[in-house]
Amino acid sequence: MERAYKNHTILDPHDIRKDFPIFKRKIRGKPLIYLDNAATSQKPRTVIDAEKNFYESTNANIHRAVHTLSHESTVLYEDAHKKVADFIGASSWREIVFTRNATEAINLVAYGWGLRNLNEGDEILISIMEHHSNIVPWQMLRDMKGINLKFVDVDDEGRLKLEELPKLLSEKTKLVGIVHASNVLGVVNPVKYIIEEAKKVGALVLVDAAQSIPHLQINVAELGCDFLVASGHKMLGPTGIGFLYGRRKLLEEMEPFNYGGDMIETVTIEKTTWNELPWKYEAGTPNIAGGIGLGASVDYLNNVGLDKVHDYENLLLNYALERLIGLSGIEFYGPKEGGDRLGVFTFNIEGIHPHDVAWILDEEGIALRSGHHCAQPLMRRLKIENAIRASFYLYNTKEEVDRLIEGLKKAKRIFKA
Amino acid sequence: MDTDQIEYIIDHYKNPRNYGSLKEADISHEEGNPLCGDVIRFDIRIKNNKVDETRFTGKGCAISQAAASILTEMIIFKDLNDIEDITPNEIIDALGGSISPVRFKCALLPLKVVQSGLFGIENWPGEE
Repeated sequence: MERAYKNHTILDPHDIRKDFPIFKRKIRGKPLIYLDNAATSQKPRTVIDAEKNFYESTNANIHRAVHTLSHESTVLYEDAHKKVADFIGASSWREIVFTRNATEAINLVAYGWGLRNLNEGDEILISIMEHHSNIVPWQMLRDMKGINLKFVDVDDEGRLKLEELPKLLSEKTKLVGIVHASNVLGVVNPVKYIIEEAKKVGALVLVDAAQSIPHLQINVAELGCDFLVASGHKMLGPTGIGFLYGRRKLLEEMEPFNYGGDMIETVTIEKTTWNELPWKYEAGTPNIAGGIGLGASVDYLNNVGLDKVHDYENLLLNYALERLIGLSGIEFYGPKEGGDRLGVFTFNIEGIHPHDVAWILDEEGIALRSGHHCAQPLMRRLKIENAIRASFYLYNTKEEVDRLIEGLKKAKRIFKA
Repeated sequence: MDTDQIEYIIDHYKNPRNYGSLKEADISHEEGNPLCGDVIRFDIRIKNNKVDETRFTGKGCAISQAAASILTEMIIFKDLNDIEDITPNEIIDALGGSISPVRFKCALLPLKVVQSGLFGIENWPGEE
């Protein structure tokens, strides 16, 4: 049974936590405090059950057979595409291609579109704030096609230098790849403005929504982007499933990325024609259970209401910011005020290596990330080698923020920092 | 990990033994772990196939630096053949035992530096 969260005006995380079996878990006898949500989120019972129920009562391959189970599986899997399409305001579910994750979705665009359409001297513009997943595929294209890869810089607080956009964009710019929200700093970039600027020079825009989609309502029609990618596992869904949104006309014109079964219409010895969208891009037996699980995670987020998630996270964010900034010897990265941001904090404690902070916190049952966060160019730009990152989601509580602060104080005590 | 073990590691980290460098070392070798930026350098003087003197310098997390400090005490006056035989488990045990597997690379970096500097072994200790 799904709870009627819509009746509440403010999200109650204690209610939400009851839906997540993992919170029964203890780490060294202490309750788990999970603050590594920017890496992956935890899963509600409904998502776990959706996959389990599929295997227990419906499992069959899709688009193949006449039998009942195959038909039911096909409907469930297609419905999951429809749920995602509605969730992001796509005009048709055929614009949603399921992939393994956001990374694979970006690779699909790099290979399916970039490899065929780019010529020497063309340019791709990304930002220095990108996750490696939105850098490395374009470097591959640069090296294969002789195109130029340009970067929008950030200021010392980690805000995009938007004033540099006009001189970075030109007729040569064929694609702009931009992260919606930074996995390191939590800043939400003004993607709508960037898309408008890119459109002036006729460039396509790919939005990496992996970090933003779990927390913010996204509407691709409103944004006007050409591509949008995300991973299911960061938005309460299973691992191994993500998606690419692409404007229908583009997806129709582009070439497939993977070739093989299910993506074909007819195959003769001489020639093969492609299946209709989105199957043209989903070669081989897909992750059917994962897709259905992703659909269930969309249902869960819709049922709670993303606006409520966002409002609650803002409360938690302000509470945590206040308490963290109050600690002595803390160095905090990213904008301290102003602008839209998500509940992601990256910081260091003077005199303690971030891995050591994470180690002491792990002793307290607190899970968070230390390292370079798969964004080495940004870290280098901000002159940080390693840092600690705490990232929040709808099930985190003020009490957990308090325990984090206690843990940090303990680390300071142990290291006499 | 109990408090005593944490304190033992922190003690080696805060008060490293044999820290510094050696003039006229027979072996000077430095390696790092690019994943986390830890760097360790060992200087070793050898006499009669034994370690006669050793110093280390480095930067990084408490576990890597404490492991280096502890390793200097393990190898001093030891026969080189015995140093070649030091296993990852001996390092983990010397650190007090319950090191999380995700920190093994931190703990084993100093041994890698020593074994690679002395014997040219390029693998991480314990890896084929």
